[in-house]
Amino acid sequence: MNAVVSARGLGKRYKNAAALDNVSFEIQPGRIVGLIGPNGAGKTTALKAILGLTDFQGELSVLGLDPRKQRGKLMEQVCFIADVAVLPRWIRVREAVDFVANTHPRFDRRKCEALLARTKLTPNLRVKQMSKGMIVQLHLALVMAIDARLLVLDEPTLGLDILYRKQFYQNLLEDYFDENKTIIVTTHQVEEVEHILTDLMFIRDGRIVLDADMDAVGERFAEVMVGADKAAEVRALKPLDERQVFGKSIFLFDGMARAQLEALGEVRRPSVSDLFVATMKGTYA
Amino acid sequence: MKTPVLNEMYWLVKREFWEHRGGFLWTPVIVGGVFLLLNVMGIIAGEVLGGHFDGHANFIGNNMHLFDQALSNTDSAKIGAGLDIMMFSTSAIISIVLGFVVFFYFLGALYDDRRDRSLLFWKSLPLSDTATVLSKVVAGTVLAPVIAVICGVVTGIGMLLLFAITLSFHGISVWQLLTYAHPFRMTANLIGAIPLYMLWALPATGWLLLCSAWARSKPFLWAVALPVAVGLVLWWFNLLGGRIMGGNWYWHDVCGRILLSVFPGGWIGPQHYADLGGTVDHTMDFLSLGNSYSAMASPSFWIGAAAGLALLAAAIWLRRWRDDT
Repeated sequence: MNAVVSARGLGKRYKNAAALDNVSFEIQPGRIVGLIGPNGAGKTTALKAILGLTDFQGELSVLGLDPRKQRGKLMEQVCFIADVAVLPRWIRVREAVDFVANTHPRFDRRKCEALLARTKLTPNLRVKQMSKGMIVQLHLALVMAIDARLLVLDEPTLGLDILYRKQFYQNLLEDYFDENKTIIVTTHQVEEVEHILTDLMFIRDGRIVLDADMDAVGERFAEVMVGADKAAEVRALKPLDERQVFGKSIFLFDGMARAQLEALGEVRRPSVSDLFVATMKGTYA
Repeated sequence: MKTPVLNEMYWLVKREFWEHRGGFLWTPVIVGGVFLLLNVMGIIAGEVLGGHFDGHANFIGNNMHLFDQALSNTDSAKIGAGLDIMMFSTSAIISIVLGFVVFFYFLGALYDDRRDRSLLFWKSLPLSDTATVLSKVVAGTVLAPVIAVICGVVTGIGMLLLFAITLSFHGISVWQLLTYAHPFRMTANLIGAIPLYMLWALPATGWLLLCSAWARSKPFLWAVALPVAVGLVLWWFNLLGGRIMGGNWYWHDVCGRILLSVFPGGWIGPQHYADLGGTVDHTMDFLSLGNSYSAMASPSFWIGAAAGLALLAAAIWLRRWRDDT
């Protein structure tokens, strides 16, 4: 099957810093890709390039279209939620639904209304009267009712409380995602998405430093917990990272044979956030 | 069955109306209402003071002097012209207000959604930037003036009836008076002037939308300060004895057009009125469509429109590629 997104030699410079530095990657259909990186690593620039919101160097094809030249056509198949609270403050729920229903060819009004019926949103409510969580509910209802092939989420749950955050991803998984759809999500709340991701992409200083599916990540990376007596021995094996918990040391390894680690201590799969922290060490230093 | 393009435009313009209902609808309605109220107050005051309608003693914003004229005049043509001006005056006031509304609407049209980042929502829909910008042009120079004309005509007719009824208390037949006036011609003139307004306003439409799409902050300052600064530099060069360009030409045909063309009626001027005779008898001729559209005969009208389109194209380009959210 053709890749949903295929980028080759993607580059973008802002004044003197490179936001994207010769980046290449492919995203296959039916995946949920987490694009994770520290602030200013180039995540948003990459998403903007995919959405045709910014110019760039290199080759980029999204659903077989060039986002620079065929943006109108592309947006029929691509949806995005960029940050929370980008809905215009003056608009009413009724107006937003009417407008999207009449301008988007792939919008299913009944589905949207069914999703809204599950919330406390009423037709005459204006965005400026809503809480952040309610705004996201409205935005999500609008977006989920669009039968798009690619959904891009840029920090979609920033500033929401845990109830809204959980509900957001649960809705997305239960009522939206299927094998014909692809989701790209960037977020700092890694713990919340790590169980739904199928692919992981780490970006740092405009470069992709990790691009793997979650199974491969599980095979490649392992954490071993050892007592203080064995710490020096394990350290000699050049772990990626080391941290102390309750007097024991936890070491993170990349591509080390599992049997060898199991002989040393308790082995487990590292969380994405631990992996992230280890990979990005020294970014802000 | 509407074509998709027209349907899209319909909803885009409707969106503008939703957002700017206050400026497009309520402003002219309120201005018209206040204007009528002022005149009712003036008439009551006049009646109480014994049928003496002194234009100078009254407060601003009413038509008492015209009323006085109508009472003391016996010439039906003059009374008719007085009534026509009376009706027109409501539209004149509303159209000045319209100018301000449209001016600030255009300045904010491509700026406000960048500032509050709702641009990212609009850009997530399959709408072209060309259609978006054009919908704002249509909202500002077609929809807003249509609403203003409707409000102006309704208030004007209200004004006319108000005066005719009051005059009838002074022994003048209402219906006879009304036959002197030309409300239908006046209405037709106003409606007919809308396409002319759209073309005339193009330089300002383009310039204001361009500033709106371009400015990182304070579009008003850029839109006004830039052309004024250029004018001052030209003036200074001329002061030094340089003969680069006529300063008047710049102020009148460039600066004035890109800032003030959103005010309706700019195509007719005092000179125009004087040329036609300059008396009240010529009012209808002055306001006639034929006279208005004669503005199209001048090359500067079309040069302005072409420049406006070029500015619009630049605004569309900026809307597409400006990346600062």
